[in-house]
Amino acid sequence: MSIELKCHAGIGERVEGIALVAQDNFSARYDLDRIKGVFSRPEHALAGQSYVDKILVMNTAKGGVASAWMLHEMKSRGMAPTAILFNAANTILAQGAALANLPMVDRFEDGDVTTLIQTGDRLIVEPASGLVTVTSR
Amino acid sequence: MQLNSELEAMLAGESGRARQWAVEHQLQVGRMFDAPDMVRVSQAHMMADAESIGIPGVEFMEGLAALPVEERRVAIPMITDPRGVDLDYYDPLGQTEDMANIERRFIAACRAMGILMTNTCINYQTVMPPVLGDHVAYGDTGVVIYSNSICGARSNFEGGPSALAAGLTGYTPRYGLHLDECRRATRRFVVSEQPQGLTDWGVLGAVIGRKAGSYWEVPVVEGIERVPTSDEAKHMGAAMASYGSTPLFHIVGVTPECESLCDVDAECLEAEPITRDDLNALRSSFGAHGEKVDVVVFAAPQLSLVEMQRVADLCRDKHRHPDTDVLVCTAASVYVDAKSAGFIDTIEAFGARVLQGTCFYQQYAREIGEANGWTRLLSNSTKIVNILGGYGYRPALASMENCVASAVAGKVVA
Repeated sequence: MSIELKCHAGIGERVEGIALVAQDNFSARYDLDRIKGVFSRPEHALAGQSYVDKILVMNTAKGGVASAWMLHEMKSRGMAPTAILFNAANTILAQGAALANLPMVDRFEDGDVTTLIQTGDRLIVEPASGLVTVTSR
Repeated sequence: MQLNSELEAMLAGESGRARQWAVEHQLQVGRMFDAPDMVRVSQAHMMADAESIGIPGVEFMEGLAALPVEERRVAIPMITDPRGVDLDYYDPLGQTEDMANIERRFIAACRAMGILMTNTCINYQTVMPPVLGDHVAYGDTGVVIYSNSICGARSNFEGGPSALAAGLTGYTPRYGLHLDECRRATRRFVVSEQPQGLTDWGVLGAVIGRKAGSYWEVPVVEGIERVPTSDEAKHMGAAMASYGSTPLFHIVGVTPECESLCDVDAECLEAEPITRDDLNALRSSFGAHGEKVDVVVFAAPQLSLVEMQRVADLCRDKHRHPDTDVLVCTAASVYVDAKSAGFIDTIEAFGARVLQGTCFYQQYAREIGEANGWTRLLSNSTKIVNILGGYGYRPALASMENCVASAVAGKVVA
């Protein structure tokens, strides 16, 4: 079984990985314990879960201008997600993904990506062509 | 995305590795946001506090700074947002030598690239305000919203790496606020209660930002009967951007792109009232009447010379409570003027500390809060009380007058 999901062209190289999905938003500054690599804000849907080497699938990005540096800092320590998929990215986190060379795509043609993809799905993300493939569920 | 011959040459590496990286970065971002081409910018402003860049960010900058001088120099005037450490005053705050060393290395790298270390989030009051129609690449959401809205300049929120790329190329991808169609109003708010004082303007901005709630929404505000001062507009904008990720607002009859509703295509938008209840609901979420105050903070944005004078006037011949610390953050250029005017001495005789080139929430707020045992924080900045809840504080909001009175009493007075 394989499902192809079209999205807007995005940032970074082709990657494969396992999805971690939540119908919540993402702030590098306020939602994460960046040292431990887990979601730390108690109210967050993924509180306590590790995002390291996962393909995060979330609604939108929040947070101020400082978060543009943070993905690069996280990736340099090997404590970053493999890729991030949003319904709608914000400008700052997209700029941060470009610096970090961390794959990021958004705007899925078939609707809400947080329902199209489930936690545990194996994905291939191809930002240049705007394609995400669910290879196994 | 269309590149002119100058940018094509940079992309090919003909102007060195730094500019090649910069164009590659801008292409990635521009494609994501469907930019048709690049637009020339007159200034860049970079947010890069030590807490967010970390050692990897410093090493990245040092890599660029080590290139030959003609490759590493920025192409346009480029300035910086507040730093995370005031190198004249960090140990007493509980900041470490490691934190200070990140700053020292970063400053050295910036200087080698020709970046002006202004360390300010009020560059539109202190350095060189942009003019109507001026395309710029600014970081700091408060700087961007003020410059777009009050000055009529054109900037997206440019995170540090993107501002740096713009500084190196002299261009930025033409998307978002650089385009006429993204500057038209999408929400129309009607104010019936006139704001009085900086905090009221901040609260109004916060309520509008929360209702608008997205980078791609542009609020237009009707019913404002008095032109706000630069400081009032600064607090309104900083709060709106903080609560709503809002990069631009218009005020009918006040801001330069909006003499009337039709200038921003807003005649047909539904008019949404901003009620007294809306304003009071926001204020009451930051009320703490009678509670002990650990620290009073004047920052976010940094204080202008006029605000420094008001703080000094309020502090004169008084002293803070021994259990309540007071911090005031301003730009180094304002500090010099405030020093010669006697304001710094007056504020410090009160028992407060004036920090230069930092802004409280960008200077390891969590770590210094833990080091000093600060949880209950009081400020007149609607922006800062929004942010610091995420950093382990219990923030409260009061006017500048009541903040000083609370510092004297050691508890929140209203």
